[in-house]
Amino acid sequence: MYSEKVMDHFMNPRNQGEIEDPDGVGEVGNPKCGDIMKIFLRVRDDRVEDVKFQTFGCGAAVATSSMATELVKGKTLEEAWDLSNTVVAEALGGLPPVKMHCSVLAEEGIHKAINDYRVRHGLEPWDEKPGAPKAHSNETCEA
Amino acid sequence: MNRKRLVYLDHAATTPTAPGVVEAMLPYFSGRFGNPSSIYGIARESRLAVDHAREQVARAINGSPEEVYLTSGGTEADNWAIKGVAFADRKRGDHIITSSIEHHAVLHTCQYLEKQGFRVTYLSVDEFGRVDPADLENAMTDRTVLVSIMAANNEIGTLEPIAACGEICRDHGVRFHTDAVQAIGSVPVDVEALNVDLLSLSAHKFYGPKGVGALYVRKGVRLDNLLHGGAQERHRRAGTENVPGIVGMGVAIERACERREDYARRLTALRDRLYGGITERIEHVRLNGHPTERLPGNLNLSFRFIEGESTLLMLDHAGICASSGSACTSGSLDPSYVLLAIGLPHEIAHGSLRFTLGESNTDDDVDYVLETLPPIVERLRTMSPLYAEYRRSQDVQ
Repeated sequence: MYSEKVMDHFMNPRNQGEIEDPDGVGEVGNPKCGDIMKIFLRVRDDRVEDVKFQTFGCGAAVATSSMATELVKGKTLEEAWDLSNTVVAEALGGLPPVKMHCSVLAEEGIHKAINDYRVRHGLEPWDEKPGAPKAHSNETCEA
Repeated sequence: MNRKRLVYLDHAATTPTAPGVVEAMLPYFSGRFGNPSSIYGIARESRLAVDHAREQVARAINGSPEEVYLTSGGTEADNWAIKGVAFADRKRGDHIITSSIEHHAVLHTCQYLEKQGFRVTYLSVDEFGRVDPADLENAMTDRTVLVSIMAANNEIGTLEPIAACGEICRDHGVRFHTDAVQAIGSVPVDVEALNVDLLSLSAHKFYGPKGVGALYVRKGVRLDNLLHGGAQERHRRAGTENVPGIVGMGVAIERACERREDYARRLTALRDRLYGGITERIEHVRLNGHPTERLPGNLNLSFRFIEGESTLLMLDHAGICASSGSACTSGSLDPSYVLLAIGLPHEIAHGSLRFTLGESNTDDDVDYVLETLPPIVERLRTMSPLYAEYRRSQDVQ
């Protein structure tokens, strides 16, 4: 059911781990739904110098975490903010429809980590685009 | 490690058709292909073969051949039993009792009947997944027409107190159905000893072919038809018989009953060794289902801090086939309703794995899982923010 790319990123996840004293952290999802992603950022000169993730979840959750972190590494915070879930899913060669929420979760995790960085630095958090998809918006397990 | 290795531990999903069963079926595809309803020689051969299989099924469950109706499998048998009794007895009442951990073939049929105006009571189960017969007694009303409780649960393997439930139903004059799909071939199934009026079974769960099953209907039980059409199955179930499948089911059930005691003993020993080995090697593992009152081949475990589907994917990569009660394997975000019904928190239910052993499994298979699984769990825990959090909380203490 998963593409080769998804399986590759699941079996050999990139950027998995934790950053000591990160500049920004974003944790999204909840254990009730069966997926939690935690994104750690190291920011230098407004760029994502390093990024790591920890994920509790299915194959797609791990693979999207891995791909999303790959895609934002080295980008400016603004570029990283603009990374959409569909780009992550496409980069993985597509996701089964029931797994698309995993890619949304990855986007939300990156956003949350960026805003954590911004707030820590006395900046206004950025707003989600109006109508942006939410990982668990219509699901019964919403905590 | 041999990557080509295949260890199949999902026998509750389906079993391979035994070679002897396939052999018995083969003549009925092209050679003896006659329609049992026709009148000439090759048709009579098919008729005799179907009748013989019906006798084999009847003998296996201690019923009589006239009480056995051949179906397309367990799902049809469950649908027929429940809708058939509910509609036939509609004038007598409109209340059905079942359990909250039945197979979807029973639960969704009951939910459909609720839409048709029936009332359904879903009995809760204890932490091991057992229905309390006292709860059944209390749920009985003078409008109750049918009770359906499974013989053994497909996910957690728990055996239900069928004989006791059957006795209560008999005392109340209420029809009693049991879904024995998982039980046949693993535990004794005797319609007299269990006090059942209707019983569903499915051939592919006991090394027979897929797409064939049976419904036992005690003499005198009123049952509406589910499938309308030709006069097959004494006007009760229309449709040309799946002759090769039926022949296979007959051979398979006879074979399963002959082997049952050895099969159960061997699987129990393998399963207990697998369980012991896993708990020796991996921390934070929980057994789901009853410790002793369970199917011999069933081991359902929850591994804290990790999610079931990712564990299955890694096991599959190593050639091990199992299943999980995690949401991600069900296509929804909710984990198994059975695991929730026995009181598991969502996050523990998401981390469940079901290993169901069968005929082909050996001590070598158990060793292979014991060598393969711990590093997989370790790897996924290293990845898990829940585990990181737990470790931090341990460090603080």
